[in-house]
Amino acid sequence: MEYLIIIISAIFVNNILLAQFLGCCPFLGVSNKLSTAVGMSGAVCFVITLATLVTYLLQYYVLVPLHIEFMQTISFILVIAALVQMVEIVLKKVSPSLYQALGIFLPLITTNCAVLGVALIVVTKEFTFGGEPHMLNLAESVVYAFATSVGFGVAMILFAGLREQLALNKVPKAFQGIPIALITASILALAFMGFSGLV
Amino acid sequence: MSKLQLITKGLIKENPTFVLILGMCPTLATTTSAMNGMGMGLATLFVLVLSNMAISATAPYIPDKVRIPAYIVIIAAFVTILQFIMQAYTPAMYETLGLFIPLIVVNCIVLGRAEAFANKNSVIDSACDGLGIGIGFTLALTVLGLVREIIGSGSAFGFKFISGDGILVFVLAPGAFLALGYLIVLFRKLTDKK
Repeated sequence: MEYLIIIISAIFVNNILLAQFLGCCPFLGVSNKLSTAVGMSGAVCFVITLATLVTYLLQYYVLVPLHIEFMQTISFILVIAALVQMVEIVLKKVSPSLYQALGIFLPLITTNCAVLGVALIVVTKEFTFGGEPHMLNLAESVVYAFATSVGFGVAMILFAGLREQLALNKVPKAFQGIPIALITASILALAFMGFSGLV
Repeated sequence: MSKLQLITKGLIKENPTFVLILGMCPTLATTTSAMNGMGMGLATLFVLVLSNMAISATAPYIPDKVRIPAYIVIIAAFVTILQFIMQAYTPAMYETLGLFIPLIVVNCIVLGRAEAFANKNSVIDSACDGLGIGIGFTLALTVLGLVREIIGSGSAFGFKFISGDGILVFVLAPGAFLALGYLIVLFRKLTDKK
């Protein structure tokens, strides 16, 4: 039951893109076409879940016992960068078809703030899913990370669909490109506000 | 290009928010009020100037293949220093900006300037460039924060000038997207005429 609350809350109520503004660069940058949006979402989903698992272990088994929590930012970003590189190499070897689909997005993900953001959220913020405020344990963290990245995918794919339709319309010159995309995102965020209070 | 030009080009011609459209996450998330926007802008300015200088000084010694990870480590080091300074002197602001302070590491503006400018220019020039872009970013965030604060809660820099609430949605997520969208349009209109 608790996991269900985590999932619903991370996908709809606290959507990472539309409520927390993490990962806006790919949200505005690669949402022109539905197919690239799907590819990006898949790659982000994969990396966020894996990165959160690794950084969680790093935080509680290396940084906290050694009392060097202030190294959090540096060590997390290094681990994420190394991880992305490794995923790229492994994927190339093991599944060339998956590499074809996700490959070009992987280098971009190192500097996607959603990845570092989620990794930092799960080790710094207290959650109140189903009762007392508490820090997330390992299983909850991974579920939270996965659900968050699904939320990223949902918002991304919806938005790409909207932008594909939008491209067919005539937009005033000053609004072309990013401004109209931002205004569309605003309406989408307004729609997602309807989910608040759900959990 | 003179030093002054390097600084001023970040304000209008290459404004990171309104023209280059970089660093959207902190722009949208922290501008719930003019004060918060300015705080975030100044924090980024601090990291940008110092990382630009450090990267420009060390660039000749960093092998080309590992330059991006090396830049990220340099930037992360300055962000950690910034975290300590803010915790010590502006704890309230540190609390409000929260997650977005460590996230300066992955702000595309900082890495973008390192890659596009600092690694092939002198230390002084890089510092000027960082200062210009940083001031441009701070101004943009302050303006966006001011607009959202005026419409959203009827106050400016914390001084309330109407009683009651404003249009609350402008302080929430949809308002951020909407306000920034219209501000970019306005900025384009104004700079087009010149």
